[in-house]
Amino acid sequence: MFGAGGGTSSYREVEETDLILLWGSNARETHPIFFHHLLRGVRNGAKLVAIDPRRTGSAEWADVWLGLDVGSDIALANAIAREIIQSGLANTEFIGRATTGYSDYERCVEAYTLERAERETGVPAAAIKEVAHAYGRADRAMICWTLGITEHHNATDNVLALINLALLTGKVGRYGCGLNPLRGQNNVQGGGDMGAIPNKLPGFQDVEDPVIRGRFEAAWKHSIPPKRGYHLSQMFEAMEHGELKAVYIVGENPARSEADQTRAVALLSGLDHLVVQDIFLTQTAELAHVVLPAAAGWAESEGTVTNSERRVQRVRRALEPPAGARDDIEIISEIARRLGTDWGTPTAEQVWDECRSLSPMHAGMSYERIDELGGIQWPCYDETHPGTEFLHARLWMDPVEGPRAPFHAVENDPPVDTLTDEFPIRLTTGRRLDSFNTGVQTGEYTSPLRTREALLISPSDAEQLGLRDGERVLASSRRGSVEVPIRFDASLRPGLAFMTLHFPDQVATNILTIDATDPKSGTAEFKASAIRIDKLGAPVAPVAI
Amino acid sequence: MDIRTTGGPPTAQEISAVDGFLGPPESLWDGGTRMPDDDHLAHGGRAARSRRHLLLPVLHALQDHVGWVSRGALEYACRRLAIPPAEAYGVASFYARFALQQRPPLAVHVCDDIACKCAGADELCAALEKGFGPAGLAVDGGTAAWYRSACLGLCDQAPAALIERAGSADGHAEGRMAPVTLEAVLAILGGGRWPSERPLPLPQALNRGSLRLLRRVGLTDPESIDSYRQLGGYTALRRALDLGPEGVIREVTEAKLLGRGGAAFPTGRKWDSVSRTAVRPHYLVCNADESEPGTFKDRVLMEGDPFAVVEGMTIAALAGGCEHGYLYVRGEYPLARARIEAAIGQARAHGFLGDDVAGSGMRFDIEVRRGAGAYICGEETALFNSIEGKRGEPRNKPPFPVQVGLFGKPTLVNNVETLTNVLEILNVGSAAYAATGTPDSTGTRLFCLSGHVRVPGIYEVPLGTTLRALIDLAGGLREGRSLRAVLLGGAAGSFVTDEHLDVPLSFEGTRAIGATLGSGAVVVLDDTADVDQMLIRIARFFRDESCGQCVPCRVGTVRQEEALHRLVAARDSASRESEIRLLSDIAQAMRDASICGLGQTAASAIGSAVATLRTAR
Repeated sequence: MFGAGGGTSSYREVEETDLILLWGSNARETHPIFFHHLLRGVRNGAKLVAIDPRRTGSAEWADVWLGLDVGSDIALANAIAREIIQSGLANTEFIGRATTGYSDYERCVEAYTLERAERETGVPAAAIKEVAHAYGRADRAMICWTLGITEHHNATDNVLALINLALLTGKVGRYGCGLNPLRGQNNVQGGGDMGAIPNKLPGFQDVEDPVIRGRFEAAWKHSIPPKRGYHLSQMFEAMEHGELKAVYIVGENPARSEADQTRAVALLSGLDHLVVQDIFLTQTAELAHVVLPAAAGWAESEGTVTNSERRVQRVRRALEPPAGARDDIEIISEIARRLGTDWGTPTAEQVWDECRSLSPMHAGMSYERIDELGGIQWPCYDETHPGTEFLHARLWMDPVEGPRAPFHAVENDPPVDTLTDEFPIRLTTGRRLDSFNTGVQTGEYTSPLRTREALLISPSDAEQLGLRDGERVLASSRRGSVEVPIRFDASLRPGLAFMTLHFPDQVATNILTIDATDPKSGTAEFKASAIRIDKLGAPVAPVAI
Repeated sequence: MDIRTTGGPPTAQEISAVDGFLGPPESLWDGGTRMPDDDHLAHGGRAARSRRHLLLPVLHALQDHVGWVSRGALEYACRRLAIPPAEAYGVASFYARFALQQRPPLAVHVCDDIACKCAGADELCAALEKGFGPAGLAVDGGTAAWYRSACLGLCDQAPAALIERAGSADGHAEGRMAPVTLEAVLAILGGGRWPSERPLPLPQALNRGSLRLLRRVGLTDPESIDSYRQLGGYTALRRALDLGPEGVIREVTEAKLLGRGGAAFPTGRKWDSVSRTAVRPHYLVCNADESEPGTFKDRVLMEGDPFAVVEGMTIAALAGGCEHGYLYVRGEYPLARARIEAAIGQARAHGFLGDDVAGSGMRFDIEVRRGAGAYICGEETALFNSIEGKRGEPRNKPPFPVQVGLFGKPTLVNNVETLTNVLEILNVGSAAYAATGTPDSTGTRLFCLSGHVRVPGIYEVPLGTTLRALIDLAGGLREGRSLRAVLLGGAAGSFVTDEHLDVPLSFEGTRAIGATLGSGAVVVLDDTADVDQMLIRIARFFRDESCGQCVPCRVGTVRQEEALHRLVAARDSASRESEIRLLSDIAQAMRDASICGLGQTAASAIGSAVATLRTAR
């Protein structure tokens, strides 16, 4: 945000803050390491507010849980903003000095009264007011979010709505305050930092900026395409148009992780050439023409990872990879050689040093310093720079250093897959503590917590449908149907159902989900499908598509 | 707190037991049914988790009303109090009183501890086994069972039994039978009528002039604050309010009062430390978890003069700047608990507790907490954990309670007898108080005489009185018997013999002979006593009561009991020597390395017996 693609704060700050808004995140299960830091904050006296349609394990730790309707986050955020403004809790001094676009924003949120927000979110107005005042008055407060915010057709707007709240109250760029998207793996942050996004070169440098591109072209002695590439959803669209015919997939399992799975598998199967590089023979790899067995990214490889607090840390090889599996750098270099460019056989450190020479925010992070300091948080501009505990301190300089932070007026925009009499139940998806995404890395292990995948529904919905706990049913969306056992979950309110995507071979959840995609981030609306549940064997009305 | 429950749903009876104590749940999220707001809103977090300290009272409610704590009931309690079920299970299984398996609603706990052994407890238990069935097993349709119990604090009326009836239409009931006979136990087990209790007169009742701490016991109506005031009650508090906290601490310090709980720490210094600690709030805890075998003085005080304990606590609260007090009373003392609770209620109604104590503006109130059958909770930090709703495991010290005590706050903790002494100090002044006793052990002391003396009971004598005089006061030994040993200070104390009869019973006097006054227990054994069996009973007691937290005690108490059994059975002197060496090694390891006093003293009585009595032949 504000030009840097990372969470603004350090883990230590969440331990020493006064209020934590955990928004669209079941960090207790999905980010357990971060949650330990968060709990330390709670034990130190921080108040925790959980905002999530489900009363999750994380929400059970919260002082207040706001159970908004799926996809009504902007209505809630804007109403909180309006209440903060109305109560005189906005930080007008900060807004005036460090931000732009406030008057448009103020005009926009003016329409979001508490009553309207109650109507659109389901959350009682008094509770919204309580949270608005708590956030507005807290000396230090932090907003943390994950996929509940970003797996929507308007993901970027959702994020902007949260950023607006921090700008409104001056709760960014200060110790113990900030905006933190939690990363789902040890190195999601690092992937983005290294340029594994369509429009950025390493260090979040814009590929469409000729000056930057020139610097990389000079170093690499090769031209770089001047236009941004496709993000994942666009790639599938391009496959659909026959424009994208060959795909090289490294460490991803889109055949199971994509929304609208039937379509995804069909498109991957129709490619002229599919190369998959992975440590397991995933369902995607099974569709591939060529599979490149890779060494595991930890334990079998040298390199670095970057966590949610932007801390670059070393990983080291402890084991030789199994016979035939090769390090990612080695595989890529070898492909380059076969394509006619000899990169030699660079070590991980040499690759890293090249990155440091081109990405200013990594420049000061030699392997030696990373070791010495126990990891370094970017940006770290030179070898005397200590790294950066929290971002955007510049916004508190007078005058502000660099560009001001913009408000973005965003409107509430409900989920694409609307609820109707035919599809009356809102299905939302998520993850569990003991499983990871499509189960490539976790499916092989047993867990005492794990039960067979099931569609979790409210007992009162089940009663209305005449269903027993554990009964197999037919769950259908506008895109397809799956047979699945149901399980009662008393914490789900009537009309809300939940599934994970961990066991695609038991229940292909993504047959139900919608691929309505946020145009800016390319994320599909996994969090909001409209479904209906039918008793098996009962005559099923044809699904209108 | 994310709570996963896996047991079945609680029964209606279990829900009503828990809700009867906590009040009904407010929403789906604290264990109730779905309310309209629950779809979109929940409050919880810190507010919900801060009720953890109510876990023991809730478990008591279940035990009282249902007779055991089922998994469904435990999980319901967990949802109500936001406690992870594994944690709550750890707590419930720690305390002897809570049954995690269904058991008969009627239970008779027959004491087979040292003092009751002197009065034929072993023979009684053997006859029960024959006449009813083995201990702990339900027979006859499963409505009743009997259990062997450690000391019930009724040593003056040995042999003793405690009866409990859970649930049923007529509700929970507790009572005691002492002295108890085989016929009486069998009648109760067979569904017979509840015995009525007769108060035991004070042995020194005819010589009241010498009594200070016991002056009102047997004279005052323990259920009437007016009676208490008529006999001089609440004059000490008035004086304390006049003196102010500093004045009170000065008086207590100048009186040289030493704690009567066993450690003999200067009370004034403790009060001063708490009053000077800046962290707020300060808590007051009255340790009434009198569980040392052979000890029953605090019971007599609480049953006979409960308002004195309440007044003593109020004065201590004034000195320490405490607004909230807890009295943690042993679970096996139902009458004492009832009397104290009634006294607190009356004191509150008469303005001696609450937001404006005696019109002085001082704010103080007391909550009674009931122990659940764990000797270790007499250790002050274990007692804090127990009040907090945790397993009664002692904490490492430092930090000491005066800095980090109950709920992590500065805490003034004193024993019942200590607090009662404070009334005397304020009533007569520190100088007059210190004139009694010896220069280093001022005041009087309550001794619990039991075993083979003619008139067992509580005796109040000036500190420094000799053991011989004390035994004489209790009527001496029975005709034709000679003294074998005296167990001084209870199971954690030590055995002394007739060569020590003229040792003055003062803190310094007993220390000089390597003994301790401890809790004031004085169990007298004549030549008919089977000391071997008593040592084995003591060893079993410590093995049972070790909390298991630290290795020296957890392992040492087991090894000690095993070695003692072998020693008693040993024929040849070679193995005897090696067992004694082993016992002494175990003793040293426990003394040096245990976290708390339980482990540190678990070998004391046994060691002293093996060394001085040449017992365990």
